Amino acid sequence: MSKTLFDKVWDSHVVQHIDNGPDVLFIDRHLVHEVTSPVAFLGLKNRGIKVLYPERTFATADHNTPTRNQHLPVKDPLSANQLKALEENATAHNIPYWGLGHEKNGIVHVIGPENGITVPGATIVCGDSHTSTHGAFGAIAFGIGTSEVEMVLSTQCIMQPKPKSMRININGTLSKAVTPKDVALFIISKLSTSGATGYFAEYAGDVFKNMSMEGRMTVCNLSIEMGARGGMIAPDETTFEYIKGREYTPKGTDWDKAMEYWQTLYTQDDATFDKELTFDASEIEPMITYGTNPGMGMGIKNDIPMAEAVEGGVATYKKSLEYMAFHEGDAMIGKPIDFVFLGSCTNGRIEDFRAFASIVKGRKKADNVTAWLVPGSHRVEAAIKEEGILDILHDAGFELREPGCSACLAMNDDKIPAGKYAVSTSNRNFEGRQGPGARTLLASPLVAAAAAVTGKVTDPRELMEEAYA
Amino acid sequence: MAYDKFNILTSSAVPLPIENVDTDQIIPARFLKATERKGFGDNLFRDWRYNSDDTPKEHFVLNNPIYSGKILVGGKNFGSGSSREHAAWAVYDYGFRCVVSSFFADIFRNNCLNVGVLPVQVSPEFLDNIFKAIEADPNTQLEINLPEQKITILATGESESFDINGYKKQNMLNGFDDIDYLLNIKGGIQKFAESTPL
Repeated sequence: MSKTLFDKVWDSHVVQHIDNGPDVLFIDRHLVHEVTSPVAFLGLKNRGIKVLYPERTFATADHNTPTRNQHLPVKDPLSANQLKALEENATAHNIPYWGLGHEKNGIVHVIGPENGITVPGATIVCGDSHTSTHGAFGAIAFGIGTSEVEMVLSTQCIMQPKPKSMRININGTLSKAVTPKDVALFIISKLSTSGATGYFAEYAGDVFKNMSMEGRMTVCNLSIEMGARGGMIAPDETTFEYIKGREYTPKGTDWDKAMEYWQTLYTQDDATFDKELTFDASEIEPMITYGTNPGMGMGIKNDIPMAEAVEGGVATYKKSLEYMAFHEGDAMIGKPIDFVFLGSCTNGRIEDFRAFASIVKGRKKADNVTAWLVPGSHRVEAAIKEEGILDILHDAGFELREPGCSACLAMNDDKIPAGKYAVSTSNRNFEGRQGPGARTLLASPLVAAAAAVTGKVTDPRELMEEAYA
Repeated sequence: MAYDKFNILTSSAVPLPIENVDTDQIIPARFLKATERKGFGDNLFRDWRYNSDDTPKEHFVLNNPIYSGKILVGGKNFGSGSSREHAAWAVYDYGFRCVVSSFFADIFRNNCLNVGVLPVQVSPEFLDNIFKAIEADPNTQLEINLPEQKITILATGESESFDINGYKKQNMLNGFDDIDYLLNIKGGIQKFAESTPL
């Protein structure tokens, strides 16, 4: 039978199939962070067992870390304790650990690809739902709970039924100022936050073929926001070019052998999907969200839909708008904003900072805006400096913070105050996600930059030079 | 981690007729700093349940003494968002053993099954009937029969069957977890690993 890309990778990792039950799936690489791992390590301790394959396991601190003065001891005792637990667990089990201050430290889904841990055809898990990011390389990557983290630490396997398959095709050329983030927010707005639940997605078509690895990571990252466990894109020359020579990718003859395999990783022409959706690139506008889930997004120039026009319950919709203090029929353009957050595993890569800088260059941060610019890793931070982006940001009145998840989930001190509006390049606009009472508008780095210099929701196309494509 | 066996549960239920209840609502990120699994029930639905000065919000269902029980009934797409198992721990720790909805997010459903909370997916119509029955009588008893995979509104006798895969059903009935299973086939896994390059 003809196979999809997903079938090929999944089937080659099944250790055992249980009738009327899940598959036992072998996991090639396991990423670990401080928040979802301590109880799993405790489980191993209680059973008196060690991590089975520490060489397949990588640990970093990112969720619960400060983005300022990382060289000083972490002030919050609970956070400090959690970071200490990760360091001790990593040391006790011989797991590579890239803690605060380490040159490889950063958001787990940024540093995996940066260091070549993420490769095509691999199965990759992490106790974090945005593990779907790594699907950009043609890997099967998805988030797991702490019980499953314990399973992978102790046996390198998890037990999962094989999900259904879905392909999302987008052909054509993206319009000006339409970024990978807009593509993803567009798809989620069409499918809703549960439209792909139970499925694993493959993204196909010109738009994804022509996308950079950073862009593909942004799209795959947001797969979970439409309910899919993950999303993937077939590896191609762009993929191989990106991973070649990175620390953990194969070298020499191993590389040649790997390449031979990776080039077989595509969906066969006559393979079928349980669900297939097709959109045209020209339908997609720069996007913004107006509600309290990522499916509540629309073209930035549109008005907030009337309750009757949206799917789902009217009460839930009205509750959402009430939280945002928005009204049906409101235009988003011109809404005043208080905060801008550039960063996260969704949009904390060098390309995102380049895009942000392209708009703020030669302009000034609006006085009413507090901006938090947080690189996804120290490598990204270094590139920002090397490429002269830091100077552009400084000249425009912005400062750069240190790497971490930061205001995306606001576990650290980077909390948007209650009632304030933030244009955020992160992934979730849930109630209180960025701080109790915070109101989040999800958007691309271009839209975030336009908001940062104008102090309100602004169409970035109005601020763009013709030269920027 | 071991949990109580699940067989037949008869209980009143707590209604939460809101759609897309995400795991950030079930337990906000700032309460994920523990290194042990205890006390999460205190912060279940923290920001819906308490004001910023920690006083209870009287209109939230968990603060309304007329509702109680071991079953939580939620709107469509329950448990979306973050993979944090802390959400399932909080539900369990608060005292719920079963969550009923017309649709569950994948990771939350899995996490529930792994910690001993039974996710029961019913049709939108049946969910509506449950909400109506609870509205008519907050003490309405629901019966969750895992061996027969059946949920019944006892007052009206209406019932519906629900799905669970055979393997997970046996686990829930016996209080087993997946790690026990995996450790038992470790030899086979190691053999598989040898043929799988890093």
